[in-house]
Amino acid sequence: MSDDLGFDPSLKKKKKSKKVEDGSSESTPVPELDDMLSGLKKKKKSKKIDGDEETNSPVPDDLTASLGDLTLKKKKKKSLKNVDATDFEQQLEEAGVEDVSGSNNNATIDGESSNGDEEGIIPYDDLLSRFFDILKKNNPELAGDRSGPKFRIPPPVCQREGSKKTLFANVQEIAQVLQRNPEHLIQFLFAELGTSGSIDGEKRLVLKGKFQPKQMESVLRRYIIEYVTCKTCKSMNTELKRESGNRLHFLSCKVCGSTRSVSSIKTGFQAQVGRRKRV
Amino acid sequence: MSMNQQNDPFADTGDSDSQPTSYIHIRIQQRNGRKTLTTVQGVPQEYDLKKILKVLKKDFACNGNIVKDEELGEVIQLQGDQRVKVSEFLTTQLGLSKKNIKIHGF
Ligand SMILES: [Zn+2]
Repeated sequence: MSDDLGFDPSLKKKKKSKKVEDGSSESTPVPELDDMLSGLKKKKKSKKIDGDEETNSPVPDDLTASLGDLTLKKKKKKSLKNVDATDFEQQLEEAGVEDVSGSNNNATIDGESSNGDEEGIIPYDDLLSRFFDILKKNNPELAGDRSGPKFRIPPPVCQREGSKKTLFANVQEIAQVLQRNPEHLIQFLFAELGTSGSIDGEKRLVLKGKFQPKQMESVLRRYIIEYVTCKTCKSMNTELKRESGNRLHFLSCKVCGSTRSVSSIKTGFQAQVGRRKRV
Repeated sequence: MSMNQQNDPFADTGDSDSQPTSYIHIRIQQRNGRKTLTTVQGVPQEYDLKKILKVLKKDFACNGNIVKDEELGEVIQLQGDQRVKVSEFLTTQLGLSKKNIKIHGF
């Protein structure tokens, strides 16, 4: 059962500080499943289990997961995780899975985790599989299936170009993964880095100034938070639309359908640097 | 309840902080070589920029000046990357809300 869940392998790697807080669920072979359900239980039983922030569902943590080894700051990650848990619970509830989780609860809490001979009680493992079958069929994104490498963001490749410029080689690729117009992303980079630049013959971005891949990463991360991730479900499978008639941009989520407006990119004040203005 | 419903009741969440009235923008720009410049745009009118500049220059031991921009008003310029320190100053000394301060750059 664990093999066909479609979990991103990078997700699994990250979860090390995790404990099974519910003794009766020991029989479950897949820790991820436990997590999801404990998330549900928490909601249902309201305060039955507290202080288990560590055991949140990993699935909606899109940003962290997809950036993979780009290592989010610890602090940030913590707070993100907490938010995710609640969001995820809401989503699950929204998706109409209460009934299943309810029966699961009973089975687990009464300690009847996996003996099928009890009358009228479906074995815990079967419930789990059923739950995931339904979830996968109807809401594949929630079951952790996010169509493979599509949302894995490659690390930015930056080289120095001479002594004053930086070559950002894979902007196009990154924009493509994020499903954004490269122009939009580049406009953001210019505004945030307080610089300008051009595109070379191989569609690479040439930026004025020296920038490290790490710095580019932190700017990209902010771009993703502001212009890519859905704030409701944290998915990065979103679309940026421009409302005809006005100049507002809307971010609409392809997973949960939520829409929010995003601010347009403003360069703001730019100081006169380098050579004096030619008069 | 159907599991494949697409419209989301939470559609309006998480957006309350994306369009506030006015932000203070703290930016960094590279100058020649490895030198940088910090700019502070959007400090509310009621504050005396000259006095603030004087304190900042002394506290951070850096040079600085005020530039008037036709659209964006008066902007403080400081030498070096003073973004975090400026932000701290604005919140602790001037009592401005951190929510209204946007730090840009890398
Ligand atoms: Zn969404």
